[in-house]
Amino acid sequence: MELRKQDVRNISPDVPNDWFVPKQQNQQAGEAVVRPSLSYWKDSWHRLLKNKLAMAGLIFLIFLAIFAIFGPLLSPHSVETQRLTEQNLPPSGKYWFGTDDLGRDVFTRTAYGARISLFVGLMAAMIDFIIGVVYGGIAGYKGGRTDNLMMRFVEILYGLPYLLVVILVMVVIGPGLTTIILALSITGWVGMARIVRGQVLQIKNYEFVLASKTFGTSAARIIRKNLLPNTMGPIIVQMTLTIPSAIFAEAFLSFIGLGIQAPHASWGVMANDGLSTILSGYWWRLFFPTLFISLTMFAFNVLGDGLQDALDPKLRR
Amino acid sequence: MNTYFIKRFVAMIITLWLIVTGTFFLMHWVPGSPFNEERTTNAAIQKNLESYYQLDKPLLVQYGNYLKALVQFDLGPSIKKSSQTVNDMLGRGFPVSFELGLYTLLLAIVSGITLGVFAALRHNGLIDYLAMSIAVLGISVPNFVMATLLIQQLAVNIPIFPVATWSSPMHMVLPILALATGPMAIIARLTRTSMLEVLTQDYIRTAKAKGLSPVKIVFKHALRNALLPVVTVLGSLAASILTGTFVIEKIFAIPGMGKYFVDSINNRDYPVIMGTTVFYSAILILMLFLVDLAYGILDPRIKLHKKEAK
Repeated sequence: MELRKQDVRNISPDVPNDWFVPKQQNQQAGEAVVRPSLSYWKDSWHRLLKNKLAMAGLIFLIFLAIFAIFGPLLSPHSVETQRLTEQNLPPSGKYWFGTDDLGRDVFTRTAYGARISLFVGLMAAMIDFIIGVVYGGIAGYKGGRTDNLMMRFVEILYGLPYLLVVILVMVVIGPGLTTIILALSITGWVGMARIVRGQVLQIKNYEFVLASKTFGTSAARIIRKNLLPNTMGPIIVQMTLTIPSAIFAEAFLSFIGLGIQAPHASWGVMANDGLSTILSGYWWRLFFPTLFISLTMFAFNVLGDGLQDALDPKLRR
Repeated sequence: MNTYFIKRFVAMIITLWLIVTGTFFLMHWVPGSPFNEERTTNAAIQKNLESYYQLDKPLLVQYGNYLKALVQFDLGPSIKKSSQTVNDMLGRGFPVSFELGLYTLLLAIVSGITLGVFAALRHNGLIDYLAMSIAVLGISVPNFVMATLLIQQLAVNIPIFPVATWSSPMHMVLPILALATGPMAIIARLTRTSMLEVLTQDYIRTAKAKGLSPVKIVFKHALRNALLPVVTVLGSLAASILTGTFVIEKIFAIPGMGKYFVDSINNRDYPVIMGTTVFYSAILILMLFLVDLAYGILDPRIKLHKKEAK
């Protein structure tokens, strides 16, 4: 800051004014920004870029998405066409991943399975997000009795064994893609609701929320505009970790015969089929679906871990 | 402490009751009766069967009777295996599943903690990267994939271990390994993270300054505090091991409870589905409760009743 003339003059009558020469400050040097200002998201993105494992996961997932969308189109064979003369052929130029016991192309089926896995994972994460954020946001913001009551309910649901509930719902409604997503969502949103509520409870006492309140902003708007944007980090991390568990659940259910039904292809179904023929040496039938399940879960897990580190404001330098 | 116990106990009972009620009405909501496929039965036999299993009574009466029997730990007869009751099946299957689950949990805890501790002590070293790669793989590879890999490698390619059934210790190796990798990986990662945090604490420096041996520092001062977060996940780990036993028992043809459960689902044997679900849930809820208690005992800073009073 620059000293003004009259401030100097007022120091003392005994001191001559010319003892003091206002220092000419280099305005530009003072104001120069040492490092570019980064928004929270940009900063997080830079930190994520540095995490090699997480980036590898992200790149794999992008490839997987491309594989899921275009894989079935790339391959000259269709998902369900059976060629009984070409059973259990090993991988070759014609059938990249080999064929199964009905002569179906394993490559096309694996790509089709990627569609199902990604669809189940993304849908489950979306539904968890919507229900969890609304529920947790309201409980955390209202607080008191409402919060108590709402969280009691969540605690009871949280105590339910997740896969058992899913299995029960599958038994009752019958196997299928919609049922899987429905079953996963019945108890899946609980974790998200707990996280959002915890965050909202903490943030709602900050001054900027109080400021919004004094302006007469409605509760819904405060939750939407003030609270949720500040809880996005943990929410995104939770979503990236929901996806692999949903993919695992789908594969698990299909594997025990409760998930996707033939003739549709899912990694779990293919693994189950492949397992029964493993003693005959048709390794490719088991290898490709299980490889893709594992790689996908791996990619989501490392990406989730990386995001957790990147989005944590405490680690910001 | 007492009020906390009572509150938790009441919550446990309510959760269990909700599960029973939910499963009961879900099961009866399913279209079709379990006798439909038996075409040979004539109308009179069918009627007798239905009255034996109380399927002719109003739903609410059936529900009441089921609850009454349940309080006396009677889970009813099986429909598909007419001479057996659900209690018989659980009585035969549970010891096997319990053995499988217990060994798995022990293996996961011991090897997970060991891996985690070594990784933390050699932070960013070779052992650290190796242990953490194993851990991430363990989390990413589903247990049924693990099981099939183990069978292919250690039973088919190099026939070291026998597969199927549960008759000798050699038979137990592969199923336990397959089931334990996931939980082991989770424990290893948690132990590493909390160990790394604890090792930077002042009291560890004090212990070092006192000239204590590294072994004593790690086991007496660091590990005890580092294990608290690990204890919290034990409940949910037990749950995942329990559900994991379904597939593992199916793959390895182990005559445990999970096999009965999966079979009963495929056969639509309602009393067995209900009985096993209720039994599993009771075990899980009890586990979560015990874990909370253990947490309070291990960490004297946590006063359960005070937390509740807030």
